[in-house]
Amino acid sequence: MKDFAALFAALDGTTRTNAKVAALAGYFETAPEADRLWTIALLSGRRPKRTVTATRLREWAAEAAGLPLWLFEESYAVVGDLAETIALVLPESDGGADRSLAAWIGDIRALSALEEPARRDWVVAAWESLATDERFVFNKLLTGGFRMGVSRKLMTRALAQATGIDEAELAHRLMGDWSPETTSYEALVLAPDPSADLSKPYPFALAYQLDGVPDDLGDPGGWAAEWKWDGIRGQLILRGGVHHLWSRGEELITDRFPEFLRARDFLPDGTVIDGEVLAMKGGAPLPFNALQKRIGRKTVPKKLLAEAPAAMLAYDLLEAGGEDLRDAPYRDRRARLEGLLAGLPPDAPVGLSEAVPFVTWTDLAALRATSRARLAEGLMLKRLGSPYRGGRRKGDWWKWKVDPFSIDAVMIYAQAGHGRRANLFTDFTFAVRDGENFVPFTKAYSGLTDAEFREITAWVRKNTLERYGPVRAVPPVHVFEIHFEGIQASPRHKSGVALRFPRMARWRRDKPVAEVDTLGHLRDMLATYG
Amino acid sequence: MGKGVLTFTDRGIYCPAGDFYIDPWRPVDRAVITHAHADHARPGHARYLATPGTAPVMRHRLGEIALETQAYGETRTIGDAHVSFHPAGHVPGSAQVRVEVGGEVWVVSGDYKTEADGLSEPFEPVRAHAFITECTFGLPVFRWRSEAALAAEINRWWASARADGRPAMLGAYALGKAQRLLTMLDGTIGPILTHGAIENTNAVLRASGLALPDTIRVTPETKAKDHSGALVLATPSALGSTWAGRFPRASKAFASGWMAVRGIRRRRAADKGFVISDHADWAGLNAAIAATGAERVFVTHGYTAQFRRWLEAEGYDAEIVETEFDGEALDSPAEDET
Ligand SMILES: [Zn+2]
Ligand SMILES: [Zn+2]
Repeated sequence: MKDFAALFAALDGTTRTNAKVAALAGYFETAPEADRLWTIALLSGRRPKRTVTATRLREWAAEAAGLPLWLFEESYAVVGDLAETIALVLPESDGGADRSLAAWIGDIRALSALEEPARRDWVVAAWESLATDERFVFNKLLTGGFRMGVSRKLMTRALAQATGIDEAELAHRLMGDWSPETTSYEALVLAPDPSADLSKPYPFALAYQLDGVPDDLGDPGGWAAEWKWDGIRGQLILRGGVHHLWSRGEELITDRFPEFLRARDFLPDGTVIDGEVLAMKGGAPLPFNALQKRIGRKTVPKKLLAEAPAAMLAYDLLEAGGEDLRDAPYRDRRARLEGLLAGLPPDAPVGLSEAVPFVTWTDLAALRATSRARLAEGLMLKRLGSPYRGGRRKGDWWKWKVDPFSIDAVMIYAQAGHGRRANLFTDFTFAVRDGENFVPFTKAYSGLTDAEFREITAWVRKNTLERYGPVRAVPPVHVFEIHFEGIQASPRHKSGVALRFPRMARWRRDKPVAEVDTLGHLRDMLATYG
Repeated sequence: MGKGVLTFTDRGIYCPAGDFYIDPWRPVDRAVITHAHADHARPGHARYLATPGTAPVMRHRLGEIALETQAYGETRTIGDAHVSFHPAGHVPGSAQVRVEVGGEVWVVSGDYKTEADGLSEPFEPVRAHAFITECTFGLPVFRWRSEAALAAEINRWWASARADGRPAMLGAYALGKAQRLLTMLDGTIGPILTHGAIENTNAVLRASGLALPDTIRVTPETKAKDHSGALVLATPSALGSTWAGRFPRASKAFASGWMAVRGIRRRRAADKGFVISDHADWAGLNAAIAATGAERVFVTHGYTAQFRRWLEAEGYDAEIVETEFDGEALDSPAEDET
């Protein structure tokens, strides 16, 4: 694992993309094939299952380091990363014999069969046999939270460099339902058999947010628009008489949405559709909250199935009659999609996401303003002549989302961040006014610059009213503009509301606390949009 | 134990028996100074006492001041107190202050480091009844590597930057850390350039007899292409400023104890972080405290709450003292670790 730890250090030690890709490509050229495969798996989010709980690891590490548990916990709070904290507090070691990454992972997986004392002995012995930098990587494998500062896209690019295989082709090969136990480097990367994995999805095409207005995109006649629905972006695959549903996060969610079993009654084999999974009733989408109840549920009770039935609104056709259509222009793919879905009954689990007709960009802007009322997040713009290309690219696709909800609120609690921001106060709780009182309604921890966080941190230190563990109460002085994407009722919260994706848009130094928004205002928003 | 040899006031650490302060942060009549860092040697006092090694930098930074010097190990009587300096190993000239009143000994550590760096006078444990210690890195996650291992790591990075045709730019505090790094650098790799603030301090230390390798001051006329393969020693704040722009494509690194934490290292957006501190690590703090034989320990600047609790569990009578030293300096650690 020494070379893998060295790879991690190299990736961690540079901020330059080219250097990261070069380090990774070098590793892919020299590492044993089994280790390459595991590295691809880890960097595409395929982690080995956790076989030791974080609580046990903390106890064992504190004991091995000769520290009381509270001091270990305090150290963890400062470092912000469990794997790193453990690596740092353990007594120094030069490391022993080198074993491959795949061998270590194999042993970690086998831990689940051991009784706890044996597990403990194995982990402590492993720590003793590893040098500090290897320990850190090893702990990351144990805790399953593996991030190497390399996106999947960069990993794919590095692998393309190392193998000479086209990057887009590789991206497709690396998709789908595989793990290092079910395949080999040869079968996955070098010489895949297309019939071996009929569930394999295509890499999703993603879009950048359009800043401002679309006038710069040129002649509106070259573009199509459709609603950007607020659900789960998915790919529905019908091949070999079986159907599969993938989420954009490349999770196989077929079993969570049994409604799509019936897709086979309506659509021919050899079909792949890109669309949005939504909770729908009477042909119209329900608010996101309805779908949220279904997310994360592996089995769906009957009642919920009736309350929030799921269906797909189709955006695009990627495969028809078993033929890959991705190189065809959007215009043609869309025409075939419309043909395919025409005449399906309203209760079919797949329907067409209607195109949004427009002539001028001004027309479209007016339509966009109606998005929220239609429960859409905004519009998608797609160039009629464009192929379907995986990944996020500029040029052919744009998302033109509605402006977020906005509210002015005052900070009343602050808490230190984690990891990168372990030494700054970055997690704030915000309140709105309710008569004489301030009622907390949301937390937010992003949106400010490091310089602003430093300034706030200095202020919090000097103005702490009270401490509750890591949380500090501060006087209601600083006003922030909070943006969010949605609002719903929440009896668990004092304010009665919960927000989606709250973040700090601006520090309103110009606003006195007397002018922050009220709880009544939030309740009005809830009544209109919740 | 009776009345304290030292008390803690809003002006600084005070000795009633001798009517003087140690590293005071408000203007006082008589100040005993541990070392020349800005948070310890402040302007505005009527009279100063420091070691001969500390004096030149203090004069350079504070201008005309009434400054007397006293060598390590010598004792002077001020009022009813006997005062002596002992090496703290933090930066050249840095001292712990030993104060004895009526047979009771208290020692103020100032900032200190227990491992010898080949430049500062090595830390010397002093027996005491009470010890006032900093604890900037008072958590067990802070553990420093040997000077030789660090030097090898830095020189490897410099050589690899040179091989890539890029300047190597290293950020470090102008007094102490910068000179220590100079002695670690392998001058056969390439020329060493220095930021003006660092070179000014170099000049003062050279004049007081410290042997430092040859360096080239960076001026507005300096052109990166005239110094290929160079290592540029910069102040931490210069590293992220337009000043650094004159060395395009530089591989940037920080040298600070805070670089032990990956999250902090990444926040600096530097290519590399070297874990090098002029303060004691966890093991160093514990060894230093044990070596004083003190039963009473006052902890200041750093992870005071955690460290006090630890010391209590270890059987010490430990208290937290609020001071205005910048040891905590969590906001921009690389700049302010002083
Ligand atoms: Zn200092
Ligand atoms: Zn200091």
